Amino acid sequence: MLELKGIHKYYNPGTVNEMCLFDDFGLQIGKGEFVSVVGSNGSGKTSMLNLICGSISPEKGSILMDGKDITKEKEHKRNLRIGRVYQNPAMGTCPSMTILENMALADNKGKMYGLLRGTNKNRISYYREQLSRLNLGLEDKMSVKVGVLSGGQRQAMALLMSTMTPIDYLILDEHTAALDPKTADLIMELTDQIIKEKNLTTIMVTHNLRYAVEYGNRLLMMHQGKIVLDKKKDEKEATSIDDILTMFNEISIECGN
Amino acid sequence: MDFIITILEQGLIYAILALGVYITYKILDFPDLTVDGSFPLGAAVTAALITRGMNPYLTLPVSFLAGVLAGICTGLIHVKCKVRDLLSGIIMMTALWTVNLYIAGTANVPLFSRDSIFKNDFLIGIVPESMKSYVTLIVVLILAVVCKIILDLYMNTKSGYLLRAVGDNETVVTALAKDQGNVKILGLAIANGLVSLAGCVFAQEERVFEISMGTGAIVIGLASVIIGTSIFKKISFVKTTTAVIIGSIIYKACVAVAIRNFEPQAMKLITAVLFLIILVISMERKTKVK
Repeated sequence: MLELKGIHKYYNPGTVNEMCLFDDFGLQIGKGEFVSVVGSNGSGKTSMLNLICGSISPEKGSILMDGKDITKEKEHKRNLRIGRVYQNPAMGTCPSMTILENMALADNKGKMYGLLRGTNKNRISYYREQLSRLNLGLEDKMSVKVGVLSGGQRQAMALLMSTMTPIDYLILDEHTAALDPKTADLIMELTDQIIKEKNLTTIMVTHNLRYAVEYGNRLLMMHQGKIVLDKKKDEKEATSIDDILTMFNEISIECGN
Repeated sequence: MDFIITILEQGLIYAILALGVYITYKILDFPDLTVDGSFPLGAAVTAALITRGMNPYLTLPVSFLAGVLAGICTGLIHVKCKVRDLLSGIIMMTALWTVNLYIAGTANVPLFSRDSIFKNDFLIGIVPESMKSYVTLIVVLILAVVCKIILDLYMNTKSGYLLRAVGDNETVVTALAKDQGNVKILGLAIANGLVSLAGCVFAQEERVFEISMGTGAIVIGLASVIIGTSIFKKISFVKTTTAVIIGSIIYKACVAVAIRNFEPQAMKLITAVLFLIILVISMERKTKVK
C-alpha cells in the first residue's frame, strides 16, 4: 500500500518563477494494483514518481509505504523495495560494462558489494535463461558491452535488471516512449508478464493511450497537479481510448489551447 | 644503457601514480587534482618515517593509507559538502601542502645515508654483484606489477563492479540501493592511496623529499593514462591497466628525450607542451551518457 498525503510541491520557491505543482495532493495505491497514469505535459506525472522514489522531496505532506512514513528516507534506501525503469533506455544500464556484468550487478541488489567475485559462475545459466525470454538474442552476446546495444535491447535489459531481485513496487516512467512501435509492444508485453509473475504493485506513466487502457487495473488522468479521472477495475474495463481522448480534449479547451 | 634504465625506473614509479589517476579520470570520470598533494604526501610520510629509523618496506603500506585518508577527505568535500569535483581537488591539494610540511618537518629532507627499499642489508645480501645496477629497476617493476594485478583483481569483485558502475551511470548505483556518494569516496580513496604509494617509492629512489615534488604530478598521470589508453584502444587483449603502465614509460621516454636538448629549467614547459601534443593527437571525445 502506497499513500501520498497532503503533498505540497513548489518549483523555484521564493523566486518570480515560483510555481505550485501540487497543492494538497493525495493518492492511495493498494497492494497489487497496476495503475496507468496519463496526462498532458507538465501535469505532474513524473514529479509524482520522483516524489515516491525520493528523487525530489515535498515541501509539505507525507509519503507512506505500507503504513511506514518514508518521506525523509533517502532515495537509494527506498530503492531496496522499488524498481524503476526510465524513459531513456541509457538510464537503466552501465554502457561500458558487459551484459553479463550488468546482470551480475543487478542480481546482487540488496546484498553486500564486497570483495567476492563480481560474477557468480553458477548464476550465468540463470541470466542466460532470463535474457532468452526477451527473444532479442542477447543470451548469445553476454560478453558484449551494453553501450553497443540498441535502445530497445537496452530497455529490455533495464526492465530485467530492475525486476531481478525481489521488489514490491515497480515504477515505469514512460518506459516505452523512446522505442519504435514494434519494440514498444514487445517491452510492454514483457512488462505485463513480469508484473503478473512477481505480483508487483505498479505505477506506469505513459503517453500511449492504448497501453493505458489495455494494461493495468486502474487508470488515472492527471492535470495541473490534480487527479481528474480515477477509474478502477470494472469501471476501467468499460473505458475506451475514445473516452480518454474526449476527456483530454475537454481539459485542453479549458486551458484555452 | 643507463639512460634507458633511468627511463624505465621513472616510468614504472609514475605508472603506480598513473594507475591511481586511471581510477579517478577514466573510471570515476572525476578530474582529481588532489594528486598534486597526495603524491608528495606519500614522500613526506616516507621521509618522516625513514629518518626516524623505520623499516623502509613498512613505509609502503603507511604511505598508501595516508593517501587513502587524503582521498577520503576529497570525497567527503565533494559528496557531503557538495563542492564541485575540480574544486574539491584544488582545496585538498592546497591544504596538503601545509600538511606535508608538517609531516616532513622542513621543505627538504635528504635521505642519502638512510636505508631504502632499494638499498638495505637484506638486498645487499641476496643480490649478486653483476645485478647491482638493476636492483632499483627490478624492485619498481615488482611494485608496479603487484599494484596492477591487485587492481585488476579488485575491479572484478562486486565492489569493483560497483565502482565501475558509478562512473558509468550513477542512476544504476542508486537503483541498486547503494549510496553513489560512498562509492565515489571509495574510488577516490583507492586512487589517492596508489598516488601516495608512488610518492613513497619516488622519494626513496631520489633519496630526497622535496615539498614541490608534486607540482605537475596530475599532468604526468593524465598524460600516461591518455597515451596508454589511446595506443591500445584497438587491441582488446591488453588490459587497460597494462596500457596505462606502458603509457607512463612512453611518456617518461618522451620527456627524457626532449629534456636532453633543452636546459633543465625548461622541464615544466616541455611537460606541458608534450601533454598538449598528446591530447591533440589522441583527441578522444568522451561520450558521456546522461
